[in-house]
Amino acid sequence: MFLRKFLDKIKPSFQEDGKLHAFRSVFDGFETFMFVPNETAKARGAHIHDAIDSKRIMSFVVIALIPCLLFGMYNVGYQHYLAIGETPEFWASFLYGLAAVLPKVVVSYAVGLGIEFTVAQWKKEEIQEGFLVSGMLIPLIVPINCPLWMIAVATAFAVIFAKEVFGGTGMNIFNVALVTRAFLFFSYPSTMSGDKVWVNGDYMECINGVSGQAVDAVSAATPLGQLAAGDAVQASFCDTVTGLIPGSIGETSVIAIALGALLLLCSGVASWKTMLSVFVGGALTAFLFKDQVTANFEWYEHLTVGGFCFGAVFMATDPVTSPRTEGAKYVYGFLIGVVAIVIRMLNPGYPEGMMLAILLMNVFAPLFDYCVVQSNINKRAKRAAKK
Amino acid sequence: MALFSKENRQAFTNPLNLDNPIAVQVLGICSALAVTSQLKPAIVMGLSVTVITAFSNVIISLIRKTIPNRIRIIIQLVVVAALVTIVSNILKAYVYDVSVQLSVYVGLIITNCILMGRLEAFAMQNGPWPSFLDGVGNGLGYAIVLIVVGFVRELLGFGTIFGFQVVPDSWLMDNGGLYLHNGMMTMPAMALILVACFIWAHRAYNKDIE
Repeated sequence: MFLRKFLDKIKPSFQEDGKLHAFRSVFDGFETFMFVPNETAKARGAHIHDAIDSKRIMSFVVIALIPCLLFGMYNVGYQHYLAIGETPEFWASFLYGLAAVLPKVVVSYAVGLGIEFTVAQWKKEEIQEGFLVSGMLIPLIVPINCPLWMIAVATAFAVIFAKEVFGGTGMNIFNVALVTRAFLFFSYPSTMSGDKVWVNGDYMECINGVSGQAVDAVSAATPLGQLAAGDAVQASFCDTVTGLIPGSIGETSVIAIALGALLLLCSGVASWKTMLSVFVGGALTAFLFKDQVTANFEWYEHLTVGGFCFGAVFMATDPVTSPRTEGAKYVYGFLIGVVAIVIRMLNPGYPEGMMLAILLMNVFAPLFDYCVVQSNINKRAKRAAKK
Repeated sequence: MALFSKENRQAFTNPLNLDNPIAVQVLGICSALAVTSQLKPAIVMGLSVTVITAFSNVIISLIRKTIPNRIRIIIQLVVVAALVTIVSNILKAYVYDVSVQLSVYVGLIITNCILMGRLEAFAMQNGPWPSFLDGVGNGLGYAIVLIVVGFVRELLGFGTIFGFQVVPDSWLMDNGGLYLHNGMMTMPAMALILVACFIWAHRAYNKDIE
């Protein structure tokens, strides 16, 4: 293959005494990203050897995110044309959204990977691939009007302080994408408050020339924003399922998320136990609090609005920050669902609770693991004592 | 002993750098998080702690031979409390607005670990003059960290330094610019991360600490 030959040809210059040695980790990262690595772990000790590289797992999650990304792009354009009073056409909407979303994806990847590459080179380690997923998640969980420099600052903060200081990929306590969002949420609440998500601004005009009419950032309240303000929710249940509502870029459409969830579950990348128990916990809590809600908002609609589905499918199931033991996954997921709805219902300051719920449970994940392991040890000790 | 002998100089300079109360001993973090959202209260707090540490060190050092060992903590507390009350009243009299901003944290200097640590570790064993230098050094070492953290937090959180506007209004998003003040900088959580960054940089520079 052409690419293989090319890589083999330039490989010597990245070896120990080659002239491009400084970029060794970058080369290594790309080579193993394109091809199955030549080296595997040494056949020593009691580790289970698996053919699947963690880059492949990450690639699966990124593929699963594509429906959300594409739909998010379409929805951005759709909301824009709706706001300026034109009928949204499919391709025009999509292209508009593409031009708005793509810079965010590029910025998030450039900043995050830039830091990861630098750190890997500095510590003389292999490049870790964890950021492939985080970099895709970050643009999907921010509102469309969030400026690029904010995303860059927040991504840098999250990658350094939530990931690299803990030891890099696989060592982080908190989900990196959610730390990015939390940073934005607490630092710049006026653009991230969640009670009003601005759908467009005329700054897009110069990029693709699609917008004919200058509209200064029309704001449209999200369903959760209306809920928190005590207003009637305008979006119907059907709208919240298809996702043609204002909201963060990737989180609005339940159908697109379901497609991603299907892929993750079929390939075994995400745990169905976590996913299911998040929904069970959320549904139960929403049902318990159903009398608190304003008119025409049924309890089950809580599961389709805001970031609930997106968080349950892509965030809660993060293999690094969720518990390792199977039993703990049920408890972890269930409590995420409960806390998310409790924050939504009982705290007027935060219309959306999914982000805070998952971050909170990230902290407790090792504790759940400890309890499960300890109870197992106790059970076996008892069994041994009986004999 | 000479007035500025080597030991005396070290008693003063060590806490400024290699034995910094916040960066190395990790003491007094609580107040460092609480009062550093702006530069002015941070400086006033740093100076208050310096004065109180220095003079409580001197007083305890003077009476160290007469303090019964079993009740020494209470005696130390009485001395510190008296000094804190004096400083608190002086602040109220001359810089009332800052003392309102500092609120309970002036009173809480009594419980500052740096004070008790210095009294126990240094003033109980040394004469008044080295104790004074040690107190001033520790207070200033604490103040340096407070000033650095306060400077970054005020600049990024409010766009001001000492209350003077540094970031022009026209940069702000409300006025058509692109900039927004970082709200998280005004929260204590961010101060903790800044102190961590300070310690990180400090240890990267002084590789022989631990």
